Amino acid sequence: MKGYLIALLAFLPSAPRPVVVGSKPFGESYILAEMFAQLLEARGFAVERHPGLGQTLIAYPALVKGAIDVYPEYTGTGLLVILGDSAAGADPRAVYARVATALGRRDGVRWLPPLGFENTYAIAVRKATADSLHLVTLSDLARMGSRLRGGLTADFIGRSDGLPKLARVYGLHLAEVKALLPAVKYQALAEGAVDVIDGYETDGSIERYHVVVLTDDRRAFPPYEAVAVVSPALQRDAPRAVLALAELSDRLDVARMRAMNRQIEVEGVPVAAIAHQALVSLHLVDDTLGAMTAAARRANTIDYGHLAALTGRHLELVTISLGAAILFAIPLALGLTAVPKRAETVIRGVGVLQTIPGIALVAFMIPLFGIGVFPALVALFLYSLYPIVRNTYTGLRDADPGAADAALALGMTGSQVLLYVRLPLAAPVIMAGIRTAAVIDVGTATLAAFIGAGGLGDPIVSGLALSDTRMILSGAIPAALLALAVDGVLALTERVVTTGRSRGRRSYAHSR
Amino acid sequence: MSLDIASGECVALIGESGSGKTTLLRTINRMVEPDAGVIWFNGRATSELDPVSLRREMGYVPQDGGLLPHWRVRRNVGLVPWLLGKNGGDLADRALNLVGLDPATFAARWPSDLSGGQRQRVAIARALAADPKVLLLDEPFGALDAITRAELQDAFRELRRRLGTTAILVTHDLREAIELADHIAVLHHGHVEQYGTPSALLAHPETEYVATLFARAHVR
Repeated sequence: MKGYLIALLAFLPSAPRPVVVGSKPFGESYILAEMFAQLLEARGFAVERHPGLGQTLIAYPALVKGAIDVYPEYTGTGLLVILGDSAAGADPRAVYARVATALGRRDGVRWLPPLGFENTYAIAVRKATADSLHLVTLSDLARMGSRLRGGLTADFIGRSDGLPKLARVYGLHLAEVKALLPAVKYQALAEGAVDVIDGYETDGSIERYHVVVLTDDRRAFPPYEAVAVVSPALQRDAPRAVLALAELSDRLDVARMRAMNRQIEVEGVPVAAIAHQALVSLHLVDDTLGAMTAAARRANTIDYGHLAALTGRHLELVTISLGAAILFAIPLALGLTAVPKRAETVIRGVGVLQTIPGIALVAFMIPLFGIGVFPALVALFLYSLYPIVRNTYTGLRDADPGAADAALALGMTGSQVLLYVRLPLAAPVIMAGIRTAAVIDVGTATLAAFIGAGGLGDPIVSGLALSDTRMILSGAIPAALLALAVDGVLALTERVVTTGRSRGRRSYAHSR
Repeated sequence: MSLDIASGECVALIGESGSGKTTLLRTINRMVEPDAGVIWFNGRATSELDPVSLRREMGYVPQDGGLLPHWRVRRNVGLVPWLLGKNGGDLADRALNLVGLDPATFAARWPSDLSGGQRQRVAIARALAADPKVLLLDEPFGALDAITRAELQDAFRELRRRLGTTAILVTHDLREAIELADHIAVLHHGHVEQYGTPSALLAHPETEYVATLFARAHVR
């Protein structure tokens, strides 16, 4: 009997779980991810979307960890960034084979056959610059480099196959290099704020802004074939979903991709609509009006109900992380007053956390906590500690030493002095620290969007990726208002907590 | 050094800055632990007593009053009774009356609303509120103007006449010591130059330092 039961259970289909589709924070990645998502939905899979994950160092570890199941990646990135292999070959097939084999063995991820187009770096200048300086190739650019200002993405500046590679292969040294966000680089170039930018071959803006792409005459850039990369978890849990994704292999080309990118960048067509049209014209899904409207509703238009939900999530992130930081930092500062010699060292250590760039901090957390709300809370918690610890410690240390001494001399115990004298006297300074932390927190919480935790960072990240100013503002303005509101509420709390005291402190001090 | 202080006496510790008078005062309530030596209080070594309960039996008045700026006058004055689990409010009002402050007017004020003299009166009331056996006063009138100081000195003398509390008073003002104290200890570089009644010190200074001190202060 028992044996039958086990046999039966083995044949029951495992509970269907949604396939989690991620993307990196730029338009093309959004479109490809949305195509994956709609294709999977058309094949009957439930899908959860996490677009706009903060670059490779967040998206790839999230994939390995199984926090996402699939996202679009490029073979060149796999080779240089993920595999750390600087000996880049120029042959696309060889690079794909090397990346797929090595990372499959190392991390268990599966690089499906390429989608069919390459999107390597495109170094672009204004047409006027190209004409007047006779620039056609990157070798030409290297000769004139000392007269030109670069506006390059941080990614390109840092990656071994980016600017450092150009310096090595062409001896390129620009007069000045500014880090620019992908969303603004073409505009900055067109307006003459910079002279050279890095883009991608499939960028729709190349035509829009009439810029000239210089030829990579010495083949400095490795091939960047777009590929759907699949997590070990999805291969195990839903092999049929992997098959569905493979239907897209070799179906796209540069012209189609550039056209889709132009639709986002120039025409502001919703991502979902672009993806749907592409899948329909590739005969991969049926053109159903219902699916279209549903897809359009998910897309990059402002929906006030959705915005309220994002604001709620944002507030939730701030409240929980700030609350935890208060509960941790105040006792820590109290403890430090007992060891004043070590206190500075500890507080400086906490301060160092503040200097870690947000994106790096959340990247550290993915192997531990995956993506989503929890790692975002941990990051925000760490960022909130410093102002609270610093102010609590300083406030306690400097709180009217005469009053504390007299209280002790009259027979208060050490803990009574702390509870009844030093903490209340330090309260305004502690509250100031909490307010600082809260405002920083509201701002930093926009970072949560990079690890799929939602909040008002979502429209900001999407808006930057899709060059949609209205969408950026729909996140940025509520975030700013929220910062003011949170500070206002805390200011009221401070007034209640410190009634009669701050006044007492001030005049008592100057009459001495 | 060795000092005997009888119950009900007022002893002044006088000396220049750095002579060790404040340190000596603070060893009595164990705010400072002596490197060596014993302090006897009511027949017991203070080192064997719990410092917190010891301090609650000794009133303390620092130069700046040391009032808690976030507590109103009544709560400040009722501090030690409250620590001892007694009704702080009633004892506070009684102590305020003792130092010449009407509770109806002053009890609900913040320390910041008081003048310097009033603040020191409140500090003395706070030291007295729980009926301590000993009052320790660290230059209690040092920061006041001359007129207020004279008023408070009179009030203090009157208070001691009525209550008979033992008092140890740190001061650098020889006139104040002579006027208020039964015995004076002259401290110099951490040791006692001479210990005696004001008239004995005046008539028979035992060391050059004591003689100079009295000569310089023009007390005759």
